[in-house]
Amino acid sequence: MIASMAGALPTEFVMTQISYAAVLPMLLVFGGAMIGVLIEAFAPRRFRHEAQVTLTLLTLVAALVAIATSARDHQGITAAGAVVIDGPALIFQGVIVALAAVGVLAMAERFTADEADAFTQSGAAVPGSPREAAAVRLGATSTEVFPLTLFAVAGMMLFPASADLLVMFVALEVLSLPLYILSGLARRRRLLSQEASLKYFLLGAFSSAFFLFGAALIYGYAGSLELSDIATAVQNQSGMDGLLIPGVLLVVVGLLFKVGAAPFHAWTPDVYQGAPSPVTGFMAAGTKVAAFGALLRVLYVAFEGVRWDWMPILWGVAILTMVVGAVLSVTQTDMKRLLAYSSIAHAGFILVGVLALNQKGVSSTLFYLVAYGFMTIAAFAIVALVRSSGNEATHLSQWAGLGKRSPIVAGVFAFLLLAFTGIPLTSGFTAKFAVFAAAVAGGGTWLVIVGIICSGITAFVYIRIIVLMYFSEPAGDTMVMTPTVMSTLCISLGTLVTLWLGIIPSPLLDLASQSTLFLR
Amino acid sequence: MSLVNYIYLSAILFAIGSAVVLVRRNAIVVFMGVELMLNATNLAFVTFARMNGQLDGQAIALFVMVVAAAEVVVGLAIIMSIYRARRSASVDDANLLKL
Repeated sequence: MIASMAGALPTEFVMTQISYAAVLPMLLVFGGAMIGVLIEAFAPRRFRHEAQVTLTLLTLVAALVAIATSARDHQGITAAGAVVIDGPALIFQGVIVALAAVGVLAMAERFTADEADAFTQSGAAVPGSPREAAAVRLGATSTEVFPLTLFAVAGMMLFPASADLLVMFVALEVLSLPLYILSGLARRRRLLSQEASLKYFLLGAFSSAFFLFGAALIYGYAGSLELSDIATAVQNQSGMDGLLIPGVLLVVVGLLFKVGAAPFHAWTPDVYQGAPSPVTGFMAAGTKVAAFGALLRVLYVAFEGVRWDWMPILWGVAILTMVVGAVLSVTQTDMKRLLAYSSIAHAGFILVGVLALNQKGVSSTLFYLVAYGFMTIAAFAIVALVRSSGNEATHLSQWAGLGKRSPIVAGVFAFLLLAFTGIPLTSGFTAKFAVFAAAVAGGGTWLVIVGIICSGITAFVYIRIIVLMYFSEPAGDTMVMTPTVMSTLCISLGTLVTLWLGIIPSPLLDLASQSTLFLR
Repeated sequence: MSLVNYIYLSAILFAIGSAVVLVRRNAIVVFMGVELMLNATNLAFVTFARMNGQLDGQAIALFVMVVAAAEVVVGLAIIMSIYRARRSASVDDANLLKL
């Protein structure tokens, strides 16, 4: 064995070739985040907010341009088989960057104050302590949320583009660690926010350990963590068979945790409720896109050969996710928790598309993720506007009669709820239709039937809120903040994309169906 | 001694780690459980590297250590801030968020 190890050592050092043009978008985002950290260290406090917001938005726009120009022409597997830039990877990265740009607009909302409204001025100070009061008096800001967001975005971009389970694990952590911190930085109800952060962290670390142990078992089976090598080993049935299936299942559990599928959804409602609303929107959209991208790549590229072993289990997970999300959203009384359970139900619908296991499955999943991402960011940006005695009015009863108090905000929110339901002329309808059609073509008729029943249940929940907003008398001191340019832009972009994808879905559907081929 | 025994050991350590996460109340001890799970995984990686006659598994273990260190930084910061606000690191006391 020693001799064989010595034989395996390369005699000469070979430098790894990296196609920098292909990974330029990720490098730009990482670079922007680093500069953001420098600004945080050196820029005077009063310039920081403007500087960080400008830098973050410019970085994201530059990354989007780089994806559309430089990376698109340099597709292939690069960095010694660690990163793969192919059709699906590019389109997932583009979607993540676009969603992040819209999400950052909501985070930058500051109404009439000098600092971002949703974030605490001193995350390190104990809530209600003299230190916190001193920080507020001094006009401290939490502008570090913007570099943290950029780091999370970079991790999200790497996640669906990793061709190696180790890189995927590193990307998983790079995207998760900033999100754990971001969810603990809410300005109001800080104890709740810190608790959300703790729960997210402990459960997230727990699930990433499962992912890693699964990767270790697969390494034992295939002798490599590269997805293409794993696919070859699976096809040749070489290696210790007992390791493969447990490994596959543990890796998939780690990914399902990130998308918030039942029975790994327990963190979702708590974290969505406790985190600052703009962060919740960004996290709900971005993490889902990235994790579904990684899940698609792992299932379609590496584990396709043993699909008969994992398909029945994932069928069960998809059905359970849809049912849990739909049924529990009926009993919710808090708006953010309700949207969290709705996100669980949506994760189930997207899983139906993933399980189609054909090209339509990839393109419809992509379309659903874009549609869901934009509506959810806009919805959480609206939740951040509705206030009662200074706090966000998240209890459903506080939303009663909102249509009379603020017709525009209530109208836009009602439109987004119709899109969540999947009413025609919204992106939600096209998306649901696309995933269900793909699933029927892939032999998942039973999944589709459960999906349609669950859509019916969630429709009841959303319509009930619309009725509450329009047909009941206003009660309490609920008021709607007047949004500045930032939130207005965020909400309008989210709503316009939702409307546009509902009326003219074909450009995005075409783009998605042209980029469904995973490089191996 | 057969190399497979190390795999059994790593599986047992992983199981102990996950039992600690599920059973213990103190957030720091829960976190130690997670670390035990990650280190059990490292043992599996190194053993498999030896079995396959490669060095990859050992390099992977180094990556995992770095990631685990980053996780410790963020995790302890979050647990510290909770502890200072409540004078308790029990995960049972963190119960404001409920159905």
